[in-house]
Amino acid sequence: MANVHLAGIKKHFEGVKAVDGIDLEISDGEFLVLLGPSGSGKTTLMRLVAGLEKPTAGNIIIDGQTVNDLAPRDRGIAMVFQSYALYPHKTVFGNISFPLTVEGMPREEIKKKVAWAAGLLGIGHLLDRMPSRISGGERQRVAIARALVRRPKVLLMDEPLSNLDAKVRHTAREELKLFQREINVTTIYVTHDQAEAMGLGDRIAVMHEGTVRQIGTPDSIYNDPQNMFVAGFVGIPPMNFMEQEGVIIGFRPEALLPEEALPDKDCMRLRLLVERVEDLGSHRLVYGTIGTAKVIANHSFRLNLKEGDEHEFAICSREVRRFDPKTGERIRP
Amino acid sequence: MRMPRVLERESVLAPLMLAPVTLYIVLLVGFPFLMAFVYSFSNVTVGNPQFHMIGFGNFTAVLRDPTFLKSLMNTCVFTFTSIALVLVLSNMLTELLMREFRFKWLIRFLIMLPWTAPIALGTIGFLWFLDSVFSPIDWLLRTWGLLGKPHDILGPMSNLYWLGRPGLAMASVIVVHVWRLLPLATMIRIAGMNSIPREVIEAAQVDGAGYYRRLFQIILPLLLPVISVTVLFSTLFTFTDMTVVWVLTKGGPPDNSTQVLASLAFLKGIQGGDLAQGAAVAIFFFPVLAGVAAVVLRIAKKAVVT
Repeated sequence: MANVHLAGIKKHFEGVKAVDGIDLEISDGEFLVLLGPSGSGKTTLMRLVAGLEKPTAGNIIIDGQTVNDLAPRDRGIAMVFQSYALYPHKTVFGNISFPLTVEGMPREEIKKKVAWAAGLLGIGHLLDRMPSRISGGERQRVAIARALVRRPKVLLMDEPLSNLDAKVRHTAREELKLFQREINVTTIYVTHDQAEAMGLGDRIAVMHEGTVRQIGTPDSIYNDPQNMFVAGFVGIPPMNFMEQEGVIIGFRPEALLPEEALPDKDCMRLRLLVERVEDLGSHRLVYGTIGTAKVIANHSFRLNLKEGDEHEFAICSREVRRFDPKTGERIRP
Repeated sequence: MRMPRVLERESVLAPLMLAPVTLYIVLLVGFPFLMAFVYSFSNVTVGNPQFHMIGFGNFTAVLRDPTFLKSLMNTCVFTFTSIALVLVLSNMLTELLMREFRFKWLIRFLIMLPWTAPIALGTIGFLWFLDSVFSPIDWLLRTWGLLGKPHDILGPMSNLYWLGRPGLAMASVIVVHVWRLLPLATMIRIAGMNSIPREVIEAAQVDGAGYYRRLFQIILPLLLPVISVTVLFSTLFTFTDMTVVWVLTKGGPPDNSTQVLASLAFLKGIQGGDLAQGAAVAIFFFPVLAGVAAVVLRIAKKAVVT
């Protein structure tokens, strides 16, 4: 277990700034999620920590030791790849034991450690199978077992759930969180799926164009975004924006409620022209316009709104975030 | 334009489409092979086309012939050394050509060049390189002070006589043959490398495997089907090839230092006029090569299944 410190990390590929000056401090045992759209540099940043890429500038410090010039194997890291990258010609046992064999560990000890990792992930009965003969979810567990088996200081995961189907993904997410707590390994987790990020991360670093736009707990990322990018990227559906008195105001769809739900006087009333309503069972999404701005409201009242209707909606002022229209940064009172 | 209706029937179209290749194989491979097979059990010569079957006489004669045994030995040395060199060198070239560097296109072009030149022409070029008097290699060695003076490492003679000394002649033949096989082997190897997911190799790197462990425990096992095909083709090409040997040494220097089975069959059967013995030598390839093909294809199939 270890803390990871990234200081001024840059990685440029022939003029493309994949990672452009990142400072991050990840504490011992923390689960940090790198969240961002594709091309935001999150995978490159992870590959830099792994040692699969060399930084153009900056330092990577694991447990107080600068590892810039160390090969991946000397960094005490393990990685779970998006495609799992299992060795197709080795059995599940051969896959999990490979990192230990490389270390030259005695055979008996290898067996013990593999049994431990396989037990942790519930794949003890698959040890003799070939990777091509097990399911996607099982492959993912094998990949994680292979990463954990030599007790890495830092565990790196690159979208490990993205190849699973929706149902398995949900249980896998829960389990992932549970065993990360159990073995308490410092984890850096890359994803573009914000539900995964919110559900798994102790902290989330939201990345965009090679920089970290905000880092914080899931709650602060969601409720206290520092800029329009984070506000607009996190949340499904995303935050609504409209211009008012020279600033941009933003509010979550679930904060925009029919006025009858908000009798409170500290609320801003707005007339919404309904364009479309999606009934999702537990809640309804109302797509429409307020003035010229397109907005989405997310509420659970049965109102029977139809296309073309106009209805009074309201937002409480404490739900409104204000942004500078030029820089997109948050204006704090 | 509509095809005549009869041509759209599979029972007509299929044989029609297969006919050219079937004819080609029957006339140019099957018939000569059958003739060779029949000849090898007869006493036919170029001068006397009437012949009698004499059973295994040619084979026993050939097996008792020290030249044959020497040629067999040479063929094995020639084949196995060439293939070992091709495997190692194509691995090195693949490592080089999988990387990005300036003028990569030029290097790739130069490496692929032997493949595009006719074998005989390329080999004639080497004939000049290895010339007993005008060899530019010898000239370089003399300039560097390695050859030509009484105490030089490579001896006091002004030339090395590459094709005139048994060991050097064999080495020369092998080097030229490797030069010629290498481009194809490298191309196949690169194609195979590209089919291995990059993440698998990176996973091995993160798991702590150094270069040789990655090569022998991850890359080579995954490349096994591709490599077995390369080995199969190289073995067949090398075992049956006489171009390089014939252009460079014609089997010499005495006594048959570089004679291989293919050149011996040609020498006995065509130049010597003893068709029957030439055929017997040639037929000797058949079980060997069939065996090699069977073994290699089996390995390839097994590797694909897992």
